Amino acid sequence: MGLSPVIWQFLVKWLTNFAVIPPEASTQAPQVDALLVFMTLVSLVGLVLVGMLIAGFSILYNKDRNPVATQIEGSTLLEATWTIIPLGLFLVMFVWGSVLYFRIYTPPPNAMNIYVVGKQWMWKAEHPTGQHEIDALHIPAGVPIQITLISQDVFHSFSIPAFRVKREAIPGRYTTEWFEATTPGTYHLFCTQYCGTEHSGMIGEVTVLTKDDYKKWLAESTSGVSLAQNGERLFASLSCNACHNGRPDARGPSLADVYGSKLTLSTGQAVQVDDAYLRQAILNPSSHITQGYAPIMPTYQGQVSEEGLISLVEYIKNLSSNYRVQQTLNTTELLPEQPARSAGQAGATQPASQGVTKP
Amino acid sequence: MSDSQAVATTVDAGHAGGHAAHPPYQRHHFVSMEQQNETTNFGMWLFLLTEIMFFGGMFTAYLIYRNWYYPAFVAASHTLNIIEGTANTGVLITSSFTMALGVWCAETKRRKGLVWSLIATFILGLVFLGIKADEYHEKWVLHHVPGTYFSAQAFVHPTAEDGKPAEKPLAPDMAAHTEVYFSLYFAMTGMHALHMIIGIGILSFMLFRATRGAYMDGNIAFVENFGLYWHFVDIIWIFLFPLLYLISRYS
Amino acid sequence: MSTIVSLPDQATARIPKRNYLSNENGLLSWLLTGDHKRIAILYLISITFFFAIGGTLAGLIRLELLTPQSDLFAADTYNKIFTMHGVIMVFLFLVPSVPATIGNFVIPIMVGAKDLAFPKINLLSWYLYLAGGAMTLWAMISGGVDTGWTFTTPLSTHFSNTNVVTTGLAIFVAGFSSIFTGLNFIVTIHRMRAPGMTWFKLPLFVWSNYAGSILMVLGTPVLAITLVLVVLERTIGIGVFDPAKGGDPILFQHLFWFYSHPAVYIMILPGMGVISEVVSTFSRKRVFGYTAVAFSSVAIAVFGFFVWAHHMFIMGVSNYAVLVFSLLTMLVAVPSAIKIFNWAFTLYKGSITFETPMLYAFGFMGLFTIGGLTGVFLGSSGTDIHLTETYFIVAHFHFVMVGGMLMAFLSGIHFWWPKMTGRMYPEKISQLAAVVTFIGFNFTFFPQFLLGMLGMPRRYAAYPPEFQVLNVFSTAGASILGIGYLLPILYLIWSLKYGKIAGNNPWQATGLEWQIQSPPLTENFVEIPIVTQEAYDYEWLERQKEHEVTHVG
Repeated sequence: MGLSPVIWQFLVKWLTNFAVIPPEASTQAPQVDALLVFMTLVSLVGLVLVGMLIAGFSILYNKDRNPVATQIEGSTLLEATWTIIPLGLFLVMFVWGSVLYFRIYTPPPNAMNIYVVGKQWMWKAEHPTGQHEIDALHIPAGVPIQITLISQDVFHSFSIPAFRVKREAIPGRYTTEWFEATTPGTYHLFCTQYCGTEHSGMIGEVTVLTKDDYKKWLAESTSGVSLAQNGERLFASLSCNACHNGRPDARGPSLADVYGSKLTLSTGQAVQVDDAYLRQAILNPSSHITQGYAPIMPTYQGQVSEEGLISLVEYIKNLSSNYRVQQTLNTTELLPEQPARSAGQAGATQPASQGVTKP
Repeated sequence: MSDSQAVATTVDAGHAGGHAAHPPYQRHHFVSMEQQNETTNFGMWLFLLTEIMFFGGMFTAYLIYRNWYYPAFVAASHTLNIIEGTANTGVLITSSFTMALGVWCAETKRRKGLVWSLIATFILGLVFLGIKADEYHEKWVLHHVPGTYFSAQAFVHPTAEDGKPAEKPLAPDMAAHTEVYFSLYFAMTGMHALHMIIGIGILSFMLFRATRGAYMDGNIAFVENFGLYWHFVDIIWIFLFPLLYLISRYS
Repeated sequence: MSTIVSLPDQATARIPKRNYLSNENGLLSWLLTGDHKRIAILYLISITFFFAIGGTLAGLIRLELLTPQSDLFAADTYNKIFTMHGVIMVFLFLVPSVPATIGNFVIPIMVGAKDLAFPKINLLSWYLYLAGGAMTLWAMISGGVDTGWTFTTPLSTHFSNTNVVTTGLAIFVAGFSSIFTGLNFIVTIHRMRAPGMTWFKLPLFVWSNYAGSILMVLGTPVLAITLVLVVLERTIGIGVFDPAKGGDPILFQHLFWFYSHPAVYIMILPGMGVISEVVSTFSRKRVFGYTAVAFSSVAIAVFGFFVWAHHMFIMGVSNYAVLVFSLLTMLVAVPSAIKIFNWAFTLYKGSITFETPMLYAFGFMGLFTIGGLTGVFLGSSGTDIHLTETYFIVAHFHFVMVGGMLMAFLSGIHFWWPKMTGRMYPEKISQLAAVVTFIGFNFTFFPQFLLGMLGMPRRYAAYPPEFQVLNVFSTAGASILGIGYLLPILYLIWSLKYGKIAGNNPWQATGLEWQIQSPPLTENFVEIPIVTQEAYDYEWLERQKEHEVTHVG
């Protein structure tokens, strides 16, 4: 045979690795695949039906066999049939798909949170325990994991095909997705929203580890400073604690246990405090004034990077008493007098306070 | 239609006696003058519908941001020159009146009336643009033109001016959002002004023809449809004026 | 196999001396023409030109994807190539293809008018198209643009260093061309129908173009203003979509897709109209359930306006918005299903022949069914998460746009070619071309469904090596497809001189356009016809013929 060896190699390679769907490595994957299989079957039936109608009629009623056509106006009954049956099937797919959608995008309350920042052209993952990864993500199997996403420039999209999850990273707002990996191994991590020149280079690997391996990895890769600790230093260097210190005469509301609580704003609006709210309150404080407080907080727009904001959010999230705030306050008060405006420079002198953008 | 072969082979039957039967300004592909007028009129209305969708995109953006950044929109709106804005509204409504007068004059075949109405409309259009230009200039001086030259400082530290008390200061983060207001202000009024400029261009062409005696033979579809366009541009302004100038002015 | 083609005796037959082609001579008579048929020809030439460019770019994309590395082009060049491919194919080929060429040519004749309502605006719309096309080419030559045809902000407004402004303005200008075409069609269909031509006697091609025109007229202005805002944001720095200034990039997505989803129906609806005509003619039967097919076009147009957010399921729009838009997306799929079954049942008890237009129409029905059904995969929000932004979506819209629309376009070009030129295309080679196109198409795009299922993202210059084999299949298929598209260009040009003389009605079709000479007179009808027959009334046609025979004999 004149089959070139290159083509032969290809065929062998393809047939040995043949797959129609990527590996199922999360709890959601089999659920998505079930619907995909259902839809594929329905589509095949539909396609075969249409194909058979066309082919069958073409054979039965071609001009040789049937020289004179019989004129038919139509048939309400038949037309109703092929309106209602597809409609019914589509509605089943709609309901099933929507249930799936809510399941995929509603994280369980005990999910472990990992922050991911997208930028041209890399993914930066921030573990609460202080590990930083670029274009890589290490996670334990069997633990629900929530990814809180944000972009610091253009739209990106955080996609792990083996987990059947995907979410856009949008500049200026948090989005979330969650998954629970089931099988240890390494999987593709793609940016699927076109984001500029090196879009196709914005790929990485997700490594799913067993719980023990994950503990080992955590210990080996720690930077020594957790996100919350970094947030604490930022909190101090930006002088947040000058007002948010929980003292009775404080000019800002106490932040202890504020995460997850219901606040009433000065506009009378009731809000639920979540990551997105905290981020907005730091950047656009004037529209997020807690009732009873004066609108005196300056904006930190342009002064804190997305990673810095994440650290602050993580710090505030874990703040269950004002003890630590007052502690840091006391230590900063011991420092020589420094105006709030030079917070950036102050941050730079403290090596661990990552995230303050240099002016 | 009864004999298709005849249709195909008969040559040039349609034209020979055609012109006698219909007025010279009837286009050949129309059966009657009535059909021609209805058609152009319908086309004009449809075009105005596309214009509504065109401005609709910006009105949507306006409504969303006004809802989000209401204090910034109020403060920024108060810096607009309400006197000039009101004057412009008056100018434009008057120009709509003179335009309507023009259409009436064309219908009743008053040549002088038509020419003078069009001149009045033309001048009023230019006055509108002049006042608008002055307002733009004022925005430029105040650093309210979005882009690198923009500054929201005046909203953070408002100063009292002659007689008027100082506006309530905005927090810096909210003040920064006045740029969104001014972005929409310039985009919306700019697009409106562009429509005015195009309108004035067509108007001057029409005026030129009217001075030469056109539109006196009953063929006034052009005047009528231009009138529709002019009123439409006027109506857009009638929406823009309260939305941009009159936010929370009642105090 | 039998055929319905009935040509006049070739020995004596002549192309009629007086027709729209010979009416006036010289380049100027073409460039300043108001004749809808000549403008249709001008459009046909120009969209073929842009299709050739867009197709070449597609070929370059497939070549680059032969290997996993980005070795043929740098990533930057690759991005510019697929952006240009998208912009040219969407705005300069697919949107104007059927309406501006075939629609322009036959709609006035089908409704029994001498021309479109506004001939000068029709010509203006061609010039606007050319201006938009020239600006696009200029943007491409002077450095290209790399945002993708979707112009996602803030990439397009702040992060790209390429010719976004030129391209944006080019699309703005080309957009007005399509607004004017749509406006002209709507007004013509409303006001210029011949006496007796009621709405329900109109051929279905007119109905579907009417529905498409509504989308053009209402959707395109929104795209226009959105692009203006993008251009202003890029040039002077206004902040409507800029998150740094408080603008919302999601708003851009809403406004952009408010046009760009209906745009899909702008492209496909006129193609569906072609299929109705062709299927009816070549099975000698009226379209099964005329009213259902007519109203399903309008239903698609109406629902089509309320499904845009299904492009944004993973962008963090609220879950409840996702519910609503997913449901509406499912509803918009139903009229398409109705059409497919109605066409299939038009064949039932027909007297079917298999000339080239019919083969393309069969291709359309098969490929559009696949394209439509895979659309349901994407409209169902749960599966959309996995499939969106991968090659699955690329394959899906190519099945609809290329497999559906382009097949319909080729079907229509072959169907009306005798009317446009007075000559037949060569039958055998064109049947071959139809089959080659169908095979090549499936080879090219079916592997992409598998790639998408496996998770290969779109718009990647380089990809993980395990996706290579399927990409090689796809590229191999693309070369077959290329031949399939090249053939018609060659033999259609050949037929202009050497094709058989077609006569008035080679297909024995019922439309008004087939009752006049080919090529038609400039004024189409010597006398405006009075319409008494329904659309697709083959018995009426038989009676006409008998009448003729007795009359002459």
